[in-house]
Amino acid sequence: MLSGAAIILISLLTGNFLSSYFDLPIPGNIIGMTLLLLALVFGVVKVGTIKSVCEFLLQNMALFFVPIGVGMIAHFNLIGREFIPITASMVASTFIVMAVTGLTAQRMLKGRGESDDSVDR
Amino acid sequence: MTRLTADPAFGLALSIGVFYLARLLYKRMRHPLLNPVTVTIATLIGLLLALGIRYEDYMEGGQYLHFLLGPSVVALALPIYERRERILKMARPILTSILAGSVASILSATSIAYLLGGTNEVILSLAPKSVTTPIALGISEKIGGLPPLTATIVVLTGCIGGAVGPEFCRLIGVRNIFAVGMAMGTSSHGIGTARMMDEDVTGAAYSGLSIGIAGMVTAYIMPAMMPIVAIFL
Repeated sequence: MLSGAAIILISLLTGNFLSSYFDLPIPGNIIGMTLLLLALVFGVVKVGTIKSVCEFLLQNMALFFVPIGVGMIAHFNLIGREFIPITASMVASTFIVMAVTGLTAQRMLKGRGESDDSVDR
Repeated sequence: MTRLTADPAFGLALSIGVFYLARLLYKRMRHPLLNPVTVTIATLIGLLLALGIRYEDYMEGGQYLHFLLGPSVVALALPIYERRERILKMARPILTSILAGSVASILSATSIAYLLGGTNEVILSLAPKSVTTPIALGISEKIGGLPPLTATIVVLTGCIGGAVGPEFCRLIGVRNIFAVGMAMGTSSHGIGTARMMDEDVTGAAYSGLSIGIAGMVTAYIMPAMMPIVAIFL
């Protein structure tokens, strides 16, 4: 557990450092995730070492969203002022993304014969 | 009162306690609109406003939970690693559809907000809206959005997909369960994936996979997309 936590924190710290030191446009947490993935692929880190910490973090991830969500309290004015662009963009864009991703995936999987029986057309 | 509410244990106990109750409520009611994150945030905002507690005081404890978002993103490496064989086998359709969805997300969110008169900080806060919160926060901060506004938008986006996503997919003729899963994960991250758990386990696995891939894809293509997004500023 402790060694797993150390590995994850070191990955994150390295990612944050690379992101800020080289002024990269990519968030440090994503670089950290990429580094950990590479470490797993090349066998530098064993799955067993990080498994329990990863599961704890992923199972409780929803809770970690709460404080920043409560932070919207400071932006009520902005949200109220730009309610229409925010809401319309959010709703329309969600359905657009769903349609683009779903239709592309369905078409490509059908072409490769990997679709399941529930496809009827 | 101030001394008590500024105690780090206060913000921590309040967040974890309300979240625990919200999750119980969701398990009992199973209504998508009762998403535990949404309910907890709404309840806490109501409590802070009603009791006149400063957000800064609440964050004395809240910051510890907030910090764990970063390690959570790093932890996403594990589920991706564990599914690497299946991912590699279907790499082309998975990457193509998630890439298409991520590009569509950035372009549609920013252009619609621009056309309806959104200001720059709102447009930039909307750009990473489809990906999971900790990744979206990192992107928002990098490109000059308002991370707390992005967080709000991301959670609400998840609630939309979680509420009516599978129904919408059926409506537009997307029935392949892998495709539905990827559409849910790419458009509405973890909240969409939780909904897929109720629909189909295989679909949920692909939805979960899409969270990590869409997050990574969006983070890595955002710099290349910025010249286009800049048109809307």
